[in-house]
Amino acid sequence: MRTFKMGGIHPQEYKLSAGIKIQDADLPRQAVIPLGHYLGIPSNAVIAKGDTIKVGQLIGQAGGHVSANVHSSVSGIVNRIEGAFDASGYKVPSVFIDVEGDEWLESIDRTREVKRECTLTPAGIIKKITESGIVGLGGATFPTHVKLTPPPGKKAEVLIVNGVECEPYLTCDHQLMLEKGEEILVGVTILMKAIDVNRAVIGIENNKKDAIALMQRLAKTFEGIQVVPLQVQYPQGGEKQLVDAILGRQVPSGALPIEVGAVVQNVATAFAVYEAVQKNKPLFERVITITGKSMAHHGNYRARIGTPLISVVEQAGGIPEDTGKIVAGGPMMGRALSNLDIAVAKGTSGVLFIPTVESARKQMQNCIRCTKCVVVCPMGLEPYLLMTQSERSMWKEMENERIMDCIECGCCSFTCPSNRPLLDYLRLGKTTVNKIIRNRHARK
Amino acid sequence: MDKLIISPSPHVHSGDTISNKMIGVFIALLPAYVAGLYFFGLGALIISVTAVLSCLLFEYLIQRFILKGPVTITDGSAALTGLLLAFNLPSNLPVWIVIIGSLVAIGIAKMSFGGLGNNPFNPALVGRVFLLISFPAQMTTWPKPVPWNPAYLDAVTAATPLALLKGQITEIPSALNLFLGNMGGSIGEVSALALLIGFIYLLIRKIITWHIPVSILFTVFVFTGILHYTNPETYIGTPVFHLLTGGILLGAIFMATDYVTSPMNPRGMLLYGLGIGVITVLIRVFGSYPEGVSFAILIMNAFTPLINKYIKPKRFGSPE
Amino acid sequence: MSILILSLATLVTVGAIAAIILFIASKKFRVFEDPLIDRVEAALPSVNCGGCGFPSCRAFAIECVHTESLKNLVCTVGGIATMKEVAIIVGKDSGILRLPVAVVRCGGGCEVRPLTNRYDGVNSCAIVHNLYGGETGCTWGCLGYGDCVLSCKFDAIHIHPKTKLPEVDDDKCTSCNACVKACPKSIIELRKRAIKSRKIYVNCVNKDPGDLIAEFCSVACISCKKCLEACAFDAITISGNLAFIDSDKCTLCRQCVRVCPTNAIVEVNFPGRKNQQETIEEVMNPAN
Repeated sequence: MRTFKMGGIHPQEYKLSAGIKIQDADLPRQAVIPLGHYLGIPSNAVIAKGDTIKVGQLIGQAGGHVSANVHSSVSGIVNRIEGAFDASGYKVPSVFIDVEGDEWLESIDRTREVKRECTLTPAGIIKKITESGIVGLGGATFPTHVKLTPPPGKKAEVLIVNGVECEPYLTCDHQLMLEKGEEILVGVTILMKAIDVNRAVIGIENNKKDAIALMQRLAKTFEGIQVVPLQVQYPQGGEKQLVDAILGRQVPSGALPIEVGAVVQNVATAFAVYEAVQKNKPLFERVITITGKSMAHHGNYRARIGTPLISVVEQAGGIPEDTGKIVAGGPMMGRALSNLDIAVAKGTSGVLFIPTVESARKQMQNCIRCTKCVVVCPMGLEPYLLMTQSERSMWKEMENERIMDCIECGCCSFTCPSNRPLLDYLRLGKTTVNKIIRNRHARK
Repeated sequence: MDKLIISPSPHVHSGDTISNKMIGVFIALLPAYVAGLYFFGLGALIISVTAVLSCLLFEYLIQRFILKGPVTITDGSAALTGLLLAFNLPSNLPVWIVIIGSLVAIGIAKMSFGGLGNNPFNPALVGRVFLLISFPAQMTTWPKPVPWNPAYLDAVTAATPLALLKGQITEIPSALNLFLGNMGGSIGEVSALALLIGFIYLLIRKIITWHIPVSILFTVFVFTGILHYTNPETYIGTPVFHLLTGGILLGAIFMATDYVTSPMNPRGMLLYGLGIGVITVLIRVFGSYPEGVSFAILIMNAFTPLINKYIKPKRFGSPE
Repeated sequence: MSILILSLATLVTVGAIAAIILFIASKKFRVFEDPLIDRVEAALPSVNCGGCGFPSCRAFAIECVHTESLKNLVCTVGGIATMKEVAIIVGKDSGILRLPVAVVRCGGGCEVRPLTNRYDGVNSCAIVHNLYGGETGCTWGCLGYGDCVLSCKFDAIHIHPKTKLPEVDDDKCTSCNACVKACPKSIIELRKRAIKSRKIYVNCVNKDPGDLIAEFCSVACISCKKCLEACAFDAITISGNLAFIDSDKCTLCRQCVRVCPTNAIVEVNFPGRKNQQETIEEVMNPAN
């Protein structure tokens, strides 16, 4: 069975919420819709305080090429526009909407039947995707339309669809594939048309056998779509790792997958594309997983963007007694939250409750140079060395040691027997070196 | 509910610890230890216990009273150094020499460089080589293997098969005896079978990778093979003889693979193993000592930082 | 005997050849250097702190010798005395009168800015800053992990045990700028040194709108503009919801301190009235 060739780990999976049907999350009393995006330029608000808003209405216009439109996920009245904490621990400009009823724009097709034919041209599809504010739902929330527009001179050969969900605990993509398999495949054909390729490969890790079977069965009715089971290995969901696993081609340092002829999209993104193109529904809701060892009821919820996490969590039975840390996203790459007032964002894949005993870090010890971090690094870096350099502010040396290749997957910190905070220092180095490189380009 | 904890990702850990790894090595050493006890009896027991206890004691004393820092003898690394030191000693060595060896290993080779993780040379080997140079007579007379030997200091001695190379003896034990370990030698090095069982265990537990041991053994095999088959009169040792005698297996599997003093990536490990193999054969065949594994490993230990600096792992997406 | 002579002869020959090579090399590759540079360097403190903006004391000495005027050159460690000495050596005028001093502009101690979460990780402001906004609701203020303390080569900045905020020892501060660079939140600023180390400054860098900060920190600048009206010397500006006092224009009249409703503007080392420490204590225990 295929997997990527370098490094990687296999943490315990704990897919506790697997197989639990997606439920609709309750509408919140007030939605807080972030205008900022994790990567890229924040959107500009196009509504004002006091405006009456319908579900699906545009409220934030993309602020540049690497930015995305933001649509209202609720109907009601704009209370105010101001900074609100997001998962990053900083404030981002957000629209506060007091919810009244649930009135959708007329243009949105709310029927359930699957619409397979798409008559739009490739340019028309990309325009539709841009308008609908679709971003990569795997976590990085990179605007999808940017990924679908390859740089001049580059041509995609194959579309790779990421159904890997390699993070422990998370099951939102898994469940989406089980329930909306056909819609995802229609979304994939639309994406294939948009980038003009006749081959798509959906990679799914082998711990989701039911999803693999279902998708393989459904894919027979579509042309050019192949479903490939992959060996369970973290971080297979990383773009470069997935391309390596499926095509056996390694994306060069600093390049995008298009360099080897691939475009990678997440299954949830494919579903959002389907809804946007076929049902005229902009991206304003997504599936999130609520789970954790100490949780009594796990679940997968379809939540509107801007729903405070606490409201979804309460629907799932509230914060468990034994909670030391709450993480937005998976345990390997997710961000710890200081409270649950933070709203569901486009990139929120789940809320994970970690029991107190597992929350605290263990005492760091001397590096015994066991090479574990080098062995597990999927990018072929030397984390032990980079950490030392970062500690001593040796930024130039770090750049030479390819710190910018680091995908921040956390394999090194996960595996270190001395509990050394390798990734903390690597991340600091990566941010600093990135700044240095940007300044250098700016000066030129 | 208390205040929520915030820390950078990842939020889970493999649960692996230093002591876990050390325990793994102990288990891997167990077959060789049993073989050592079987062939050398009481002496092996006395020396191993002395070495382990004195290493623990010295580490404790240094950390507690000289460094006045945390005491970390429970991580098992000092005990492991002690056991490995004992493995490299003949079983009729007086206790006081063993204690001196432990002091050198822990005090000079390990703690004076900053303790676990900072020592440039393998502590057990530094201890052993120090004793070899200081007490050459005691360190080069090995008792004859006698099952469950009750004699300690007065055990009957025998030459090691390696002495053959220096023309001191003419008759060597059969290949089977060499493989099982029925020959004179240091406590832990005699039984190839037991050491290989330990090697397989280490590989299964993923405590070490195959690169260093295989590289060393392959180099020794090829190098001695070339020498032997081009000129069997002068170079009487066959490749198999070289692999099964002396400390080559113990050194390749347990000493050269010491985390702290070996290179940090597979390519570097292969080069490191090659260096050890070549130097070992050079010393064995052309040098004045019958055995050269310890020196070869220490010499390559010195090259490890250089190897780490210039030999880089294969980067993702790089053309090679 | 012959061995003795032979070895002796060899040694002497080798030595003589080496000496000749060295002699030629030292003549041929001799680089002329102004002897003044060595003298200036000798007058400098040789700590290579970089506070002057040059990588080493020697580089600074070279600049001192080659420059037209010493106006913008200052050795922050040696201070005025050293610069006067340097001026005499190179025969130029030294322009500096008084060196600035580092000021930590955050008053959010433990009691006035309660924690909202608990950080568990490496004790480094840079890493915390890279991760998130900090342990309190204020994402602008001091993180308290002491990167500035580590950066100071002169032992002039320390974390106060009670407030957990860094404090600058004015007498030791050499205005080398190291802490300013080390602080990821850009809280520390070099301000003009007034007589008797008196200082008036806005002890806050939070640029959030006032109504949002108040719930997280009780000594934050809420940009109420009262100080703006109180100042008769146009020394105060407000930009991005934050007041700023220009130390060049400030006359230390203390009117702004009096009107500030949150005690965000502080005065230090003034006689007759409370010093900064007491101000903080008073804020912490409003009862007395």
